Amino acid sequence: MKPQDLTDLALRNLREAILRNALTTVGVAVGVASLVAMLSLGVGLQQLASKRLSQSGLFDTIFVTPKNNFRGMGRPQREVESDKPPRPLDEDARLELEKLANVIEVYPQVRFFTEVRFNNKPYATVVGGMPDSSRNSGAFDGMQGNFFSSPKADEAILQIEFAKDLSDKPASLIGQELTLRYAERQAIPAVDNNAASRAPEPSGGFSVVPKELRLKIVGIVETEPAAGYGGYGNARLLMPLKTASTLRAAQVNDLRDIVRGTTTTKTTYPSLSVRAKSPSQVEALEASIKNLGFNAFSLLDASKSLRTFFSVFDLLLGIFGSLALAVATLGIVNTLVMAILERRREIGVLKALGAADSDVQQLFFVEAGVMGFLGGILGVAFGWLLGRAITFGTNLYLKRQNLNPIELSSVPWWLVIAALAFAILVSLAAGLYPASRAAKLNPVDALRYE
Amino acid sequence: MPETQPAVQLDHISRHYQMGETSVRAVDDVSLSVACGEYLALLGSSGSGKSTLLNLMAGLDRPTSGSILANGENLAALSPLNLARYRRNIIGMIFQSFNLLPRMTLEENVELPLRLAEVERSERPGRVREALERVRLTHRFGHRPMELSGGEQQRVAIARALVNRPKILLADEPTGNLDSATGEAILSLLRDLRTQLGMTIVMVTHERPLAERFADRLATMGDGKLLNTSPSLRGAAQ
Repeated sequence: MKPQDLTDLALRNLREAILRNALTTVGVAVGVASLVAMLSLGVGLQQLASKRLSQSGLFDTIFVTPKNNFRGMGRPQREVESDKPPRPLDEDARLELEKLANVIEVYPQVRFFTEVRFNNKPYATVVGGMPDSSRNSGAFDGMQGNFFSSPKADEAILQIEFAKDLSDKPASLIGQELTLRYAERQAIPAVDNNAASRAPEPSGGFSVVPKELRLKIVGIVETEPAAGYGGYGNARLLMPLKTASTLRAAQVNDLRDIVRGTTTTKTTYPSLSVRAKSPSQVEALEASIKNLGFNAFSLLDASKSLRTFFSVFDLLLGIFGSLALAVATLGIVNTLVMAILERRREIGVLKALGAADSDVQQLFFVEAGVMGFLGGILGVAFGWLLGRAITFGTNLYLKRQNLNPIELSSVPWWLVIAALAFAILVSLAAGLYPASRAAKLNPVDALRYE
Repeated sequence: MPETQPAVQLDHISRHYQMGETSVRAVDDVSLSVACGEYLALLGSSGSGKSTLLNLMAGLDRPTSGSILANGENLAALSPLNLARYRRNIIGMIFQSFNLLPRMTLEENVELPLRLAEVERSERPGRVREALERVRLTHRFGHRPMELSGGEQQRVAIARALVNRPKILLADEPTGNLDSATGEAILSLLRDLRTQLGMTIVMVTHERPLAERFADRLATMGDGKLLNTSPSLRGAAQ
């Protein structure tokens, strides 16, 4: 029989026992719905976790240091194989790193311990410079107030605990000003008649001069994003990285460079953070940075094991979701076996009129497939609704706990197509036995059947 | 096919069934030849094996031994698929209980063999109308079998059997469920169709008087054996 005639007859047969077939189809739909709902939760949670992790900056950032850096406290400096001096991590190097493929930004760590005055009271704290790229990374989602108005603004974002130290009502701090007192490095001119032609920071060292800067508080954030990664503890006062850099505030590494006499005529950085476009590009990027002659370090392995975790998690959810579909499969088998009994005579007539075994088999197969297809469509819709309902309920709960809403379930296109294909495949498998049983019916017996 | 070659040639055909320990000989060593264009009536009481013999000729069943030559092929040796093709293209079949599909309209019932034979959709309505015209039922288009009388239902079944233009029409007690007047009308229709289309007809019946009136030749069965075959009743029909 031609496919069109086959489908035609199958649909007609399905319509004849509409209630039974509709119930079977709903059974398939419930099975698919539970599968879709489970997997949409798995996918949603994975996306949520990946988003949070990429926001944290831990997995798309590579920490770069010069090769001659101390490997650790109390350990000897690494032997450098070649006679060539190690490459300094200076501005040229920073620009070169920035030109590598898939790099968003390369920025130094600016972080220093200092004193803040607010309402004429002193507070000791760590100040951290925030690169402008963190504006769009979502790292500051859910903060009170706003991100810095410009990359060079004299503005500050406070960490919530620090804000609580400053005021009982942290939210009221937004818009107020505080004073940052810091130690500025000032180069000591070398004893040289040509000093004017020299770079601003010659090897003569520097003196430290106390300075002040007024900052407007624009926002309050729960924690510092990417805190502690290659840094020196959490910063409790954040300011734009460029503003922080222009302060020339004395940093921990400055003393080390003086002692080691590695200062050059250019600004050198103790470390640089290279931000990749996505965590998947980190591995290749890390290799090319090492090729340039620097040490590079990332948390890629942690992200890999996270992906493994979610694969297993999705698999488990999928297995639980499939249980309902397995039960629905039995429903299809039952419905079709019943249909064979009821349509025994009809099968006999079809065979007497010249239907081959394969025609009869295909007819039952198509009936199973149609039930699977319709059940699949219905099930995907149910599953999506179920996911939305779970997200809605969760967000109601989170709202009561004064937490930000989250997108708990996600139904991507691949899940829709996979669920439909799975539903049809499972239904066809369920139709396998009834179809072959119908095909094997002896036409003489079938025609005699009343 | 040359005129001299028979439409169906049964050669020492047996069909045995195993019923527990005992073996039932439904058809036992029957040899019979049906000529092309002949109208043969198979007579016999219930359980004589005439319907089994008809099913063997129809390719619905296979013999335990012997050979059935039809359309130049031995049915006993055909694959299931080729046997289905034989039923579809060579054979038209009508039954005592009509065996129309109750959920389908007349047209759809008559169209069914065309679907199985994969006839083009555009060609089908004409073929269906032609078949229904032959049985004079065009005014009942769109009706379902249950809305028709027994005689009308059997005419629809004949139209369905004719629609694929078979060479052999096999009828299993076609008047068994009809009153005598309607039964006669159906048999007279079959005779007319045979004349118009030049088909071979084999009809199973237990009504000897009707068979004598309409058939060219009678074959009588008893206990699975062919008891006798009459000489031709109508020389002109041959």
